[in-house]
Amino acid sequence: MLHHIEKTLSPRPLPSGGTGRTVIENVSRRGFLAGAAGFAVALQVFPADAYVAYKHGGLTMPNGVVDDPHVFVAIAPDGTVTIVAHRSEMGTGSRTSIPMVIADEMEADWGRVKIVQAVGDEKKYGNQDTDGSRSLRHHIQPARDIGAAVRHMLEQAAAAKWNADPDDVEAIGHEVVHKSLGLRAGYGELAEAAMALPTPPRDRLRYKDEKAFRYIGKGAVQIVDLHDITTGKAVYGADVALPGMLFAVVARPPVVGGTVKSVDASAALKVPGVVRVEQIPGTPLGSKFKPLGGVAVLARNTWAALKGRDALKIAWDDGPHAGFDTVAYEKELRASAAAPGNPVRDQGDPEKALAGAARVFVREYYQKHMVHAPMEPPVALANVADGKCEVWGPLQSPYGARLDIADYLGMKEEDVTVHVTLLGGGFGRKSKCDFAIEAAYLSKLAGTPVRVQWTRDDDIRHSYHHTTSVERIEIGLDKDNRPVAWRHRSAAPSFLSTFAPDEGVQHPIEVGMGLEDMPYEIPNVRAEQCKAMAHTRVGWFRSVSNIPRAFAVQSITAELADELGRDQKDFLLEMIGSPRKLDWQAMGLAQPMWNNGEPAEEFPFDTGRLRGVVELAAAKAGWGRQLPKGEGLGIAVHRSFVSYIATAVRVTLGADGTVRVPEVHVAIDCGFVANPERVRSQMQGACVFAMTAAMHGGVNFENGAVQESNFHDYRMVRSDNFPEVVHAHIVPHPFAVHATGVGEPAVPPFLPALTNAIANAGGKRIRDLPIGDQTKA
Amino acid sequence: MVKLRINGVEQSFDGDPDTPLLWFVRDELGLNGTKYGCGVGLCGACTVHLDGVAVRGCLTTVAEAAGKSVTTIEGLSPDGSHRVQIAWRELNVPQCGFCQSGQIMQAAAMLEANPNPTDQEILEGMQGNVCRCGCYQRIVSAVRHASTGA
Repeated sequence: MLHHIEKTLSPRPLPSGGTGRTVIENVSRRGFLAGAAGFAVALQVFPADAYVAYKHGGLTMPNGVVDDPHVFVAIAPDGTVTIVAHRSEMGTGSRTSIPMVIADEMEADWGRVKIVQAVGDEKKYGNQDTDGSRSLRHHIQPARDIGAAVRHMLEQAAAAKWNADPDDVEAIGHEVVHKSLGLRAGYGELAEAAMALPTPPRDRLRYKDEKAFRYIGKGAVQIVDLHDITTGKAVYGADVALPGMLFAVVARPPVVGGTVKSVDASAALKVPGVVRVEQIPGTPLGSKFKPLGGVAVLARNTWAALKGRDALKIAWDDGPHAGFDTVAYEKELRASAAAPGNPVRDQGDPEKALAGAARVFVREYYQKHMVHAPMEPPVALANVADGKCEVWGPLQSPYGARLDIADYLGMKEEDVTVHVTLLGGGFGRKSKCDFAIEAAYLSKLAGTPVRVQWTRDDDIRHSYHHTTSVERIEIGLDKDNRPVAWRHRSAAPSFLSTFAPDEGVQHPIEVGMGLEDMPYEIPNVRAEQCKAMAHTRVGWFRSVSNIPRAFAVQSITAELADELGRDQKDFLLEMIGSPRKLDWQAMGLAQPMWNNGEPAEEFPFDTGRLRGVVELAAAKAGWGRQLPKGEGLGIAVHRSFVSYIATAVRVTLGADGTVRVPEVHVAIDCGFVANPERVRSQMQGACVFAMTAAMHGGVNFENGAVQESNFHDYRMVRSDNFPEVVHAHIVPHPFAVHATGVGEPAVPPFLPALTNAIANAGGKRIRDLPIGDQTKA
Repeated sequence: MVKLRINGVEQSFDGDPDTPLLWFVRDELGLNGTKYGCGVGLCGACTVHLDGVAVRGCLTTVAEAAGKSVTTIEGLSPDGSHRVQIAWRELNVPQCGFCQSGQIMQAAAMLEANPNPTDQEILEGMQGNVCRCGCYQRIVSAVRHASTGA
């Protein structure tokens, strides 16, 4: 996400058609194939042709993709294979799944594989920015390249050792065998010679046949940290300590852009254990990830730091956003969305079609700013000493953090090292490294290692908020009630405001999340974005603008179906229309869809697949059956992160208006699946995350400050009322159907499926999120 | 000077007796399996056992634990073989894993007090432990599995 934004701060990003790869030498493939004709082994490997054309957006990410096996794989003499995990682990399982793909392709025994976590170094590892549901999407093929290269090198080494033809040897099951001679050599025995070989050119690589996968696609490999997690040994941000380390907490300005007018630290300094009090300079909106500023208390332990902070007497200058008020701002957004905005899509003649429509069906949907609230609040340890800075933290973008820390401290990139711990949840919050910069800055001031711990209150009050939005949709119907025109106006402050002076205009990425790429087969479509100025730090949050867009589009579809007396699912399929690949020119776009940074040719928007998941979810949920009174079934679909997901939610509505969700069916088409077990866990988790967003998600600003502070008023879905049974139905695909996103795309469709279900159960039609007590009124 | 037992080992503390157990075990003893999530007893990430009963480490002071026996996730079993830990692994419960020490400690204490809870008792017994990743479906299944083997 971040790199995409930085890359595209002004110009519109264009999906790349090129491979972006360094030159692929086309050396004598014909000769190689001829030579391989007699290659008859159980493994059934295939030449590179099948995969060199695997284009994906990872190739055009900053610092691209590195697939050099020498960077990622080491083999010890005892046969232990060490694989580098270069993406951050925040619960999706990518720290396990990418190495698992490497291990499978190189025929390593997973039981003899160890994982080490990379430091932030994109020049070495390629892009490490872990967000946008990209880890498997961008790295499944490079992981196969790495594994195939290591296998090739091991075979070459064995052939040399035995003075045999490389075509007569085969790496299989952690050893290389020569079938006719009956020779075998373990990977450990061959390691030194094999790893001394140069990386083979890609067109010398041969890949395992999918049928020969041992781990990929099976869902039997457990996450590598499972035992440590269940025994308390897993290391998160706050679990790293250094000798002499001070524990810090920071009092930050209640209003973004606020500054310290005066501070009296005398009482704080009297708290036993408090060592020093330091100021961090304040920053205005648009300062990227620079800390908010404030007053830090550094102590011998966390408790002393907290007591010290409570004893600070600070007078704040609240700055230019002191008037920000959620109630007033909602009115502002509604007014903005009621007037014409800047067109981002103009297909046909929507103005004329709306003017000439027999009737126009209008609905408006609203969502508040939300907070990620990962269970592990932001925390980081830094040690600035001898002209170097070393940082440990739960960071989604460790290389981005390295650059930002270097910039803030005025150091060189090479003097900053960023270690990545496990992330106790991320959801986009830990893409923003303000907390790590705080630790580095304070360590530099104090001359000791410093660990900055955010409290939950800090986390809720000082977030990079999910945008708040009004999505207003008008649908023109002809005299036969056929939809002939669609106009969608979106008013939402942009995360661009976190990076540059705010113009109240959304970034193409935000526009690309369900606004420009609305897939319905309607002849006249206009999408506009309407001005909305930011008054808090806006940042991306799991699923980003897809959440309000899916909510609006999928809600109005169900509402209009009801209005016309149609079945909601049938009407939804009719709106999607024929199975086809969306064509940006025919859609009235000025340039290709953002498409999550993926090349359209390889990752087309296929309405056939969109229809497919609707039909699958509906069938599994028993759509159309008679439900008992007080129960309702709702359905919604959305394509995001290049995956197609339809969600069918069944609710019960209690006599007191309490909403419960006994069952959910999620149909996901995310291309080839490396680890179906983790896909299912993501589907289950996404429904819980989305139910929290729908039921409770929303902070309120008064006088510029967030009013909520902890889980009593920023509520979470808990085990006493959650989506109890989530069935994940994965559309099966061969490897050739590219893997797409999993971590985020199940969130957006859940919200409208839930509110549609509530309405179908006889409850209130929800248009404003969060739901809160609206069903109880 | 407060004396208490942590995971079977006698410990003493001469710092602020109002220090919550959470910060004592983490900052002083380096027992990092007990997690900070909210600081006010709303999330359960810091759940430990005080004389066998699940309590929130952020709300229980060292003074309140004087003379008592505290068990943290590190002391639940020597090798991670408590039936709840095994069930957690068999059902692949965790995603990010951060809240899981607290979930496991809560479940273990609940099953100690009530070896065969009903589904409703499991839901209610675990409702004080928040999982933002949303692993509840598997948490509930794992508690049931640890209880009945089902």
